[in-house]
Amino acid sequence: MTQPGPGAPPAEPEAPPPPHPIVARLRERFGEEAIEIEEINGQLVARVGRERLIEVATFLRDDSALRFDHLADVTAVDYLIYNPAGGPPGEGRLPRFDVVYHLYSIALNHRLRLKVALDEDDANVPSLTGIWPSANWGERETYDMYGVTFAGHPNLTRILTPDDWQGHPLRKDYPLIEEEIEFTETLPRLNLPLRPVHERSKVDG
Amino acid sequence: MGVKREEVALRPVDARGEALPHVGPEAKSGAPGVVLTKLADWGRSQSLWPMTFGLACCAIEMMATSASRFDLARFGAEVYRASPRQADLMIVSGRVSQKMAPVVRQLYDQMPEPKWVIAMGDCASCGGIFNNYAIVQGVDKIVPVDVYVPGCPPRPEALIHGIIKLQEKIQGQRRPTSAASAEAS
Amino acid sequence: MADTVAARPGTTLVEEDGKLLLNMGPQHPATHGVLRLVLELDGEIVVSCRPVIGYVHTGIEKTYENKTYHQDVTMTDRMDYLCPLSNNLAFALCVEKLFGIEAPPRAQVARVILAELTRLNSHLVWLGTQALDLGAISVFLYCFREREMLLDIFELCSGQRMMTSYIRPGGLYYDLPDDFAEKVEEILRVFPPRIDEYEDLLTNNELWRDRTIGIGKIGPADAIAWGLSGPSLRASGVNWDVRKSEPYSGYEKYEFDVPLGTNGDVYDRYMCRMREMRQSLRIIRQALDVLPGGDFVVHDHKIAFPSRTELATSMEALIHHFKIATEGYRVPAGEAFVPVESPRGEMGFYIVSDGSGKPYKAHVRAPSFYNLAAISKMAEGLYVADLVALIGSLDPVLGDVDR
Repeated sequence: MTQPGPGAPPAEPEAPPPPHPIVARLRERFGEEAIEIEEINGQLVARVGRERLIEVATFLRDDSALRFDHLADVTAVDYLIYNPAGGPPGEGRLPRFDVVYHLYSIALNHRLRLKVALDEDDANVPSLTGIWPSANWGERETYDMYGVTFAGHPNLTRILTPDDWQGHPLRKDYPLIEEEIEFTETLPRLNLPLRPVHERSKVDG
Repeated sequence: MGVKREEVALRPVDARGEALPHVGPEAKSGAPGVVLTKLADWGRSQSLWPMTFGLACCAIEMMATSASRFDLARFGAEVYRASPRQADLMIVSGRVSQKMAPVVRQLYDQMPEPKWVIAMGDCASCGGIFNNYAIVQGVDKIVPVDVYVPGCPPRPEALIHGIIKLQEKIQGQRRPTSAASAEAS
Repeated sequence: MADTVAARPGTTLVEEDGKLLLNMGPQHPATHGVLRLVLELDGEIVVSCRPVIGYVHTGIEKTYENKTYHQDVTMTDRMDYLCPLSNNLAFALCVEKLFGIEAPPRAQVARVILAELTRLNSHLVWLGTQALDLGAISVFLYCFREREMLLDIFELCSGQRMMTSYIRPGGLYYDLPDDFAEKVEEILRVFPPRIDEYEDLLTNNELWRDRTIGIGKIGPADAIAWGLSGPSLRASGVNWDVRKSEPYSGYEKYEFDVPLGTNGDVYDRYMCRMREMRQSLRIIRQALDVLPGGDFVVHDHKIAFPSRTELATSMEALIHHFKIATEGYRVPAGEAFVPVESPRGEMGFYIVSDGSGKPYKAHVRAPSFYNLAAISKMAEGLYVADLVALIGSLDPVLGDVDR
């Protein structure tokens, strides 16, 4: 919040700061219910329902005050064991997935993060390849890593893992699959008698 | 003191299961074929031609090794051959992912005998810092490795040291690792 | 037909209409790493080019979630392995954003110097390998000769030539060494004539121009739509540099130009990067002149290690050091996306933190991933030999593409 300078008139109860132009424009077009906007760490995050995604995305790209011409990234978050709205640790949030689009306007130099919440058994969202061709590979990666399908994608196949891979690695219920490192407790011990120190460097046999 | 170990004779076999001819330093010196064998071994070790097989970060250090400051060419690696059929050394430089593993094996199989493999870097030796679903924990799970060069990435000097070790191995020289075992052998 | 991966690596397939399905890679001298291109050829002309990636997929993002932030710094080096300090910087800036802190002034200026040295380093490797692909082998040797000087500086600062992990959340890993300024001055003295040397060899060379002008063109609208960034985008005339539009680490204080191209072909991308190298030297000069003394890392011991002298005298410092090294520091819950201008384009970290010592999600916006996707657009109608020039000009680093 900005403080009034030394020569300013006495402070009145502070009026809420004017909304960010992106927020104002989106609210004007879609109203408060269709699109929720918040600010996290100084960055704008908009949340929209799946059914309005294409409409909102097209508007974001084409509107002259917004002009989000660059889709920086497509990814997803799996809220299986964490709820950002609070709650007991280890407990997740329903709906489980959030598909996250990072948008940037090269023309007007502003950024927006667009999120769509999805249930686990209905993790399907319309593809944005028709609006931004760069969504092609980003959506494939999100499918590969999270299992979220994108309706209308020209070639929704695995991109990073081999074609016959089972499972979606970045999901929280997919294990890291670490190889056991030697000398851990679970390996059977060999129980060899210890040789005295001065003889241990000799190569046997 | 000491552990009783069974001597197990390992017979090298080729892909069809047939025994490979045994050529090695155990042959008595002075026997007619041995001098030629030693000459051939010396020749092979001093003119190793690596295959261009850079996978990840270690490949950049491998390129730096072949550049002018460290100059791998003076050790015989004058050309890097792109085709595995013309190379005799595969320097696996970088992490081997699950998708790449069959390719590594196929390239190894395409190389003609005699061939050697250097696992350059931690990822090729043991999976490195990436102990997860995507990386093969050591390329020796796929191909037999002759020399492991540790480092992340190993300095060019370390790679050269590895190549010299490989040259010694090819020539059948064994270097003692400590004074005690040098006396014993 | 090109969608089904019918050709095994090492085979070709002739289709009904006489087109050849050729597989290029993943082991290939000119693919800049383990890139596989499935080409549909009409004679020698590429009808369609479909990149197949994932051959160096390392599962880094999954591993980030299982290690503390401190351990994650070492993994950031190994993604885009030609510019490790840029990756470190992006990660550090994102974590600092989540904390709501800024690195001290000395660290900020040092970060700019190191980031620009890394840009030089990366462009030298790019130039060397692109020239090597097109037959100018001596340029490869010259570039790596210069690169050794830069690697000497990185080794001086951090002990490691490449994977330095030197820029960490909170500042730097350790203070800059005493002869840092002197070594950087030497770079500033030696490099401009060397860059002139490369330009002498290539820029007006008829063979080089023949092989690069008009090849792999992409217009500005297409380039933006396909998510290109960095020099590959600026060669098409689009003026976007993250250092100018969303400055970080004090970049707004330095004067530098952003080179733009006009045609969006391989030659323009080459010229953009050559000019960027000179601009990098300009930035380093300005930053070195204003390098202040002072702390190299924030004093908040919940984030950064206390200094060695403090460890000898203060009990709290010792405890903090122990906690950070073993458990890691706890980052406040929240999320942030912070982009930086890596030599390849817009690289950003998107970190979702749940308040614990390990990231809940750490995703990388990899510039090479999106740059490489556009190759299927740019490669149509090219000869196979031109495809080699095109791949080099996009400067993909497969570690970044596959993560």
